[in-house]
Amino acid sequence: MWQWFHKLGSPKWFFGIATRFMPWLLAGGLLLLAAGLTWGLAFAPEDYLQGNSYRIIFIHVPSAFLAQSIYISMAVAAVVTLVWRMKLADVFVKAIAPVGLVFTFLSLFTGAVWGKPTWGTWWVWDARLTSMLILLFLYGGVIALDRAINDEKSAARAVAVLVLVGVVNIPIIKYSVDWWNTLHQPATFKLTEKPTMPMEMWLPLLLSVLGLYLLFGWLTCIRMKTEILIREQRTRWVRELVMAGGK
Amino acid sequence: MAFDSFSAFIIMEGHGPYVWACYAVFAVLVAGLMIWSVKRHQSVMDACQRRYVHDAKNSGRPAQKASATFTRVEISQD
Repeated sequence: MWQWFHKLGSPKWFFGIATRFMPWLLAGGLLLLAAGLTWGLAFAPEDYLQGNSYRIIFIHVPSAFLAQSIYISMAVAAVVTLVWRMKLADVFVKAIAPVGLVFTFLSLFTGAVWGKPTWGTWWVWDARLTSMLILLFLYGGVIALDRAINDEKSAARAVAVLVLVGVVNIPIIKYSVDWWNTLHQPATFKLTEKPTMPMEMWLPLLLSVLGLYLLFGWLTCIRMKTEILIREQRTRWVRELVMAGGK
Repeated sequence: MAFDSFSAFIIMEGHGPYVWACYAVFAVLVAGLMIWSVKRHQSVMDACQRRYVHDAKNSGRPAQKASATFTRVEISQD
């Protein structure tokens, strides 16, 4: 276990593994996402209450899932950065924060557009929507703070502290629909319980979620590789790798 | 298929603009994120390569002769 942990801390080892996994992540992600979205858009039955507007769920839920999972994984990496000073953990946070920002924006945007035909309004200041907006600001804050500090180590520590402070928002997002009266419907997708929606709606949603997670894996690999190249450009292995054409 | 015709699929009983707007923004942002990440990776690779080639060229040259020289001068402290 410790050997694995040490290996994971090695940028060179990670670079090789990421290069090997990336084609599979990309192919699997695109395939699952295309299958899930086509199924959801054209073949899943219409919702008896919301009509066809509910088809937005097939991108809204995966985006929102990812927005929160990315933040949680950033928080875990922040702990690793602060406790073990592992370089790769900081590389991870820096590489995926913009991805988290994009998916948080997407879940807010698709939610707002879905809200118009369903609730009659684009936006309400209720608990779920407001806490997601705070998550968007947190991602923006993390990116801005990282760019504002020139020294790599100071930036890593400051960003890790900000990420950990912001993690309090995650349970608020998750339980907001249970704790407060909100327009937002309760969770439709729980891994621990039997699905509350019919199988022909739930399965395409599952495919879309899995597909987007695989694409996120691919994005993580390529963005971390870029960050590793920048930080390790003075090392011999990066020189050899670049001169060999990145193989 | 859940729709009778292609036009019914596009219109989605009036919900079409909402659904398609969401899917379009999703596609543009996800594809944009992927393309941006690939391009950035490539540009960093290229920059590294240029730097290594530049360094390799320079390291082959003899060290430049200094344009000024310093001579040790003994000055009395008395």
